[in-house]
Amino acid sequence: MSTPNQTTTLIKPEVLYTGLFIVGLIAPFAVYPTFLMKLFCFALFACAFNLLLGFAGLLSFGHAAFLGTAGYVCGLMVRDVGVTPEVGILAGTIAAGLLGWLFGILAIRRTGIYFAMITLALAQMVYFIVLQVKATGGEDGLQGVPRGHLFGVVDLSDNIAMYYLVYAVFSVGFFIIYRTIHSPFGQILKAIRENEPRAISLGYDVNRFKLTAFIISASLAGLAGATKTLIFQLASLSDVHWHTSGEVVLMTLLGGLGTILGPAVGSATIVTLQNELADKVGSWVTVIMGVIFVVCVLAFRRGIVGEIQALIHRAGIR
Amino acid sequence: MEILGVPTALLGSQLLVGLINGSFYAILSLGLAIIFGLLNIINFAHGAQYMMGAFIAWLALTRFEINYWVALIAAPLLVGLFGVILERTMLRKLYKLDHLYGLLLTFGLALIIEGIFRDQFGISGESYEVPEALSGGIHLGFMFLPLYRAWVVVAALTVCFGTWFMIEKTKLGAYLRAGTENPQIVQALGINVPLLITFTYGYGVALAAFAGVLAAPVFQVNPLMGSNLIIVVFAVVVIGGMGSILGSIVTGIGLGLVEGLTKVFYPEASAVVVFVIMVIVLLVRPAGLFGKA
Repeated sequence: MSTPNQTTTLIKPEVLYTGLFIVGLIAPFAVYPTFLMKLFCFALFACAFNLLLGFAGLLSFGHAAFLGTAGYVCGLMVRDVGVTPEVGILAGTIAAGLLGWLFGILAIRRTGIYFAMITLALAQMVYFIVLQVKATGGEDGLQGVPRGHLFGVVDLSDNIAMYYLVYAVFSVGFFIIYRTIHSPFGQILKAIRENEPRAISLGYDVNRFKLTAFIISASLAGLAGATKTLIFQLASLSDVHWHTSGEVVLMTLLGGLGTILGPAVGSATIVTLQNELADKVGSWVTVIMGVIFVVCVLAFRRGIVGEIQALIHRAGIR
Repeated sequence: MEILGVPTALLGSQLLVGLINGSFYAILSLGLAIIFGLLNIINFAHGAQYMMGAFIAWLALTRFEINYWVALIAAPLLVGLFGVILERTMLRKLYKLDHLYGLLLTFGLALIIEGIFRDQFGISGESYEVPEALSGGIHLGFMFLPLYRAWVVVAALTVCFGTWFMIEKTKLGAYLRAGTENPQIVQALGINVPLLITFTYGYGVALAAFAGVLAAPVFQVNPLMGSNLIIVVFAVVVIGGMGSILGSIVTGIGLGLVEGLTKVFYPEASAVVVFVIMVIVLLVRPAGLFGKA
């Protein structure tokens, strides 16, 4: 009765998603494609993060490490090894997945607040390594990554072609997350989030489920990061910085924790805000992000999509 | 003179730097542990509040010619008061929710504080002169000991052990420990628990500001000085576990020394050594060195 899924009967989910998909297909002809591509990267990043926090109840404060590492691996593979873009993206995703496995086996040894601190500390370690290793270009980042030809055929230096690749990547990533959440695996994750001791007593190997969720989330964050490197032809140090880890938390929180579309809506809002504000207010952007954070935590914990769902739900009861 | 092929002067000075860093780790992780004990919140703004302490001292000296000794008392009081206001107006609303919200709120606050200071003062960093009474140093024969650095270690340890004494040996401390165990019963016994919580947060924050003032003449006073430090302190807290006051102090200082030694023998790893130790502790003893599971 009170599950949010049943409240969206006003609009059938299939209709909603099909509608949104079509909007995405024609969007680059109305909006600046580079902006849209950035938006989709962060949307995928936030959706991947939400899989952990929203559905498994695990707050990772180090997700920038996966975004950034995948970006650097993809950039190095494409620029220095000379592989095609799709191989670069795949390599970045696998690297992030492996890193996620490492982070995961360490972090799931503790729960709650410690989990967040461990992931943050591990990500900081990755940051220092990226800063010091020669191959990553240190403070300058990895510059001059060519977009190349997809499968050796499609020239990606054309923004529209690049847009459809990014859109395809996002759609596949989003579909994987959607399927994961709606699978028996996703249900067990929710059970662990709600009551871990009970899930254990039901015979579930809780740590294995957490670790799997962590790896999926890290890989998809990596998918977003690798794609981002190709778009901007650059992997930058800020992608591995803890500010980025904080940003993805904010996007998810603002859009609606534990909702399917929330992280995408939240990241669209934040990326748009940053784009609009960057020239006008300079360093105040950080302050504004902080204020949104505080307001979300104190008074807007359901987030944008969560509030809309609650509204529809109330209308449905009446 | 050499030990293991390293000149003792170099070894001594790096160990001193390690001891100083360790003192800061100790004060900051102690503050985090006290706050966490009673509020169940990890105070992400701790680094920003440490930075505020340093900046208040710097502003007091450069704008109002208020000296170091006054700032050492006044800055923690001011920042502590700021903490009290934060607790009364915001943190209080989160106690019934998941602990993670406290982390997120204080993260937002840290962004706001840091952003404002960055806008006002830039990121280049300001220097703060060592107070006259503590300038100069002593030749110990094998190395030169700057007086101010010795003072930082002594002052930090005094405050740490003073805090330990207050919590373990006084009546107020007994209330605090009881409140950590079971706030409902303490409240039922007629003790004003909400006031105790406010005081605790204010005190923890004041400790951070005190560390900030101590740090001002050692490091550059810089809006980002806190956030880089606080992540290392988080690792320190994971290594030590937050169950024991003395444990926080010992872990903090020990890790500072290890970091100092790493700078001598393998400088490239000095930025990550604390994190590496965290990984090892997580593998061998997940609850932390002094944690209670």
